[in-house]
Amino acid sequence: MRTTDLRGWIPTAVAAVTAAAFVACGGGGDQAGQEGGEGQQAAQQQGPVVPPDSQAFVRGAVQFEGTAPEAESIDMSQEQFCAARYEAPEPRTQHVVVNDGMLQNVFVYVSSGLERSFPTPQEAETLDQQACRYRPHVMGVQAGQPLAIMNSDSVLHNINATPSANRGFNVSQPQAGMTTTRKFAVEEVMIPVACDVHGWMNAYIGVLPHPFYDVSGQDGSVAMDGLPPGEYVIEAWHERYGVMSDTVTLAAGDTASVSFTYSADMAGAEVPLGDPIYPHDHGEESHAAPADAEVGNR
Amino acid sequence: MRGTRRVARHRGAGRWNAGAHGNGPGWTSFLSLMPLLLIAGLALPSAADAQDVENGQRLYERWCAECHGAEGEGDGPAASRMLPRPRDFTEARYQIRTTASGNLPTTGDIMRAIEHGLPGTTMPGWPNLNRSQQRDLTAYLKSLSPFFERLGPPDSLSFESPPGGGEEALESGRQVYTKLECDRCHGSAGRGDGPSAPTLTDWRDQPVRAADLTQPWLFNGGSSVEEIHRRFLTGLDGTPMPTQADALNAGVVDSAQLWDLAYYVRSLAPERVPPPGRNVVRVERIADDEELPAGPGADAWDDVDRYWFPMAGQVLERPRQFEPMVDGVWVEGVHDGSEIALRVSWNDPSQSPDSAWMQWQRRVAGALYADGTPWPTDSLPDRLAVQFPTEIPEGRERPYFLMGSAQKPVYLWRWNSRDGIRESTATGLGTAGPLPESRLQGQATWSAGQWSVVFRRSLEGEGQRISLESGVAVPVAFYAWDGNNAETGKRAAVSSWYFVVLEVPTGNEVYVAPAAVVLLVAGFGVFMVRSARQGETGGGAGDDGSGA
Ligand code: HEC
Ligand code: HEC
Repeated sequence: MRTTDLRGWIPTAVAAVTAAAFVACGGGGDQAGQEGGEGQQAAQQQGPVVPPDSQAFVRGAVQFEGTAPEAESIDMSQEQFCAARYEAPEPRTQHVVVNDGMLQNVFVYVSSGLERSFPTPQEAETLDQQACRYRPHVMGVQAGQPLAIMNSDSVLHNINATPSANRGFNVSQPQAGMTTTRKFAVEEVMIPVACDVHGWMNAYIGVLPHPFYDVSGQDGSVAMDGLPPGEYVIEAWHERYGVMSDTVTLAAGDTASVSFTYSADMAGAEVPLGDPIYPHDHGEESHAAPADAEVGNR
Repeated sequence: MRGTRRVARHRGAGRWNAGAHGNGPGWTSFLSLMPLLLIAGLALPSAADAQDVENGQRLYERWCAECHGAEGEGDGPAASRMLPRPRDFTEARYQIRTTASGNLPTTGDIMRAIEHGLPGTTMPGWPNLNRSQQRDLTAYLKSLSPFFERLGPPDSLSFESPPGGGEEALESGRQVYTKLECDRCHGSAGRGDGPSAPTLTDWRDQPVRAADLTQPWLFNGGSSVEEIHRRFLTGLDGTPMPTQADALNAGVVDSAQLWDLAYYVRSLAPERVPPPGRNVVRVERIADDEELPAGPGADAWDDVDRYWFPMAGQVLERPRQFEPMVDGVWVEGVHDGSEIALRVSWNDPSQSPDSAWMQWQRRVAGALYADGTPWPTDSLPDRLAVQFPTEIPEGRERPYFLMGSAQKPVYLWRWNSRDGIRESTATGLGTAGPLPESRLQGQATWSAGQWSVVFRRSLEGEGQRISLESGVAVPVAFYAWDGNNAETGKRAAVSSWYFVVLEVPTGNEVYVAPAAVVLLVAGFGVFMVRSARQGETGGGAGDDGSGA
């Protein structure tokens, strides 16, 4: 569970502004550097951080109604190193994980209502490749924040990120312990990430210009702390069941609760992936995952 | 992205050092022009840009929209018959770049793709458009994505000049190939048959083949050692082929080793390649004290001349095959005065029916046969056919190359990975029927992404079984089906007519020196594949195909 305490950010934000100034003087470099710079400009524009006594909080739960599709077990026999790390019937697909009626791996975030910018954290979020799975399977990161992608396996992984609004990349990590750090410059919900060597490995990354997001845990719960008072649209995104939204109005000190109920009938729903920055109709090439998508079909 | 800086140094004008070594046609002079072009591209005022874009759009609508779509989204009327699909320019995801993975291409990179095309795909080169037309087109393509304006011109990586190769480099390169696990996708012998190959998709979820490294003339970005080396540093964005730049920065390999790998990959192309224009298979007579090889693995084949015949999809009759798996066949023949042994070898990453490749089969069928024609969902075998006329033709009158006609039937040697070898005749595509009491024998093996089938038959024929006589040129053509690529019936790879000639003993052949071969593979392969493709798709490759 990810909680955010804004108090610790004041020094970070100052550091970020200074760093941004340095980058600006340095004059570009590779494009990723430029992209990082864009993110940091957000930090420059920030207003005062939300004072502790006017912070508000959101608590949420993501439920699932109906019979969830059985998670399929993944055939890892082509990769003994990884296969040996599981006991049957594991490993299973993580596309739809329901525990006691609660849906896991739903990305929940503030999609509108924040009228100010927020500092860009300089500590990296980590995406790990472990036993031929991405951990976590769904995650968020702030625009411009470093994303450290780690290989904890002694086998080759390639990390193939295919965003629309951001630049993608496809990097080979042939050795355990390798870490590749990248940044996404602009907001995008969600960016698919996959390993082509292991067709079953996939993950999704949500990129936001602010820290108010969470991914539902095993118990389906989400939490977002330290919001400024205001009226917000909270959106939930699931890789198979699509998008739901809710609104909350928060006064200082409030804790609002939101709840989303996905249902088995929503299988095959249109699942939006990051808005292309040049909007056009993808037609039949849309990223929507067909209801009967097989393992590895991302 | 800091990490890529070690390879992503700023490139000052004049730091290009690859020119002298480039061996693709026109590539050398093109590289020396590039700094100029780049400077010109950067310095242009925006009014001129607008004019360029407008000119480019006109050219685009005329030459490119059929494939790339009216709005540049890669969805032109012809697009659904192609794999890989034409590029969607609104995404600005370019494969062949001199920039780091994830970065935009330079103006020079896009112009290079326009000039040379992307070999191995339907993207043709446009050498007939002049430089300023190519530049206008590039300006237009860039205007289709806001990334170019948002991010400004990208930095090219700086590339060292190739250190020179040699035996040691090849051995080291072979080890690097294993260390970086290239075999996971490309297979142990580089034929695109790695364990991950059946599930590879491009970013649009269309199936994509791991390149067959033994056919460098089909590499999208060119077949020279420098070009191959560049692909390691840049990756092919939008495909599963990753960049090795991070592995280099992390010290998993050093830059000398990456060069060794490039030399090694280049060495996977067959050493002995027939010179251009050889379209006659000479079937050598073995010495009296030798025996005809019984199977594909016999040592006797090592000394026999090999011939390469390119193939293209059968697109003249429905249902068509636009993107066949098999790109060509290697053919070798020997005889002993009474019997002939013909070995046909071709690269096919799966030994169909292979259940690991069933999802590939479904994807290919879904991608290519969305036009309503039914496609098989069951498991299909691999197949091969060697086609002859039923009798020696007079003059140049050969049967119709697609399995003949009622007036002029053809005689076939057929092999099928399920049922083995048989003799047939046919009077058109899809009409093949077995001949009774087959006189044909043979054996087949599959290893590391390659089938090899040996056919043996007595030289003397009977009835529709053509006789083979010394010194007489007998027309021959080839068909191949990859079952796991959803190929069956008329959905096949086909060749034009060529010839087989039985020879009297001549002693040892003199082989082309490997250095000359390196040059030949690119030119010859591209030429042959192009002419085959154009021949087949143009509909004019009947009797007057390149066999004459
Ligand atoms: C017969 C179809 C066809 C035509 C006509 C065609 N293209 Fe393409 N083009 C393709 C295909 C297919 C690809 C993608 C190949 C791949 O993904 O490997 C492509 C890719 C490209 C690329 C991307 C190169 C890269 O590095 O990714 C550029 C640039 C391009 N085409 C420009 C043009 C221009 C300009 C024209 C017109 C002058 C044109 N094409 C005409 C089929 C075509
Ligand atoms: C995850 C799978 C994967 C891995 C790992 C991989 N490749 Fe590739 N490679 C591909 C695919 C797929 C293509 C074809 C892309 C296309 O045609 O659009 C390709 C293309 C190529 C090409 C042709 C480039 C061109 O210009 O068309 C070469 C050469 C190559 N790979 C070499 C290597 C080497 C050497 C390694 C190991 C360092 C390697 N690859 C690792 C999937 C992979």
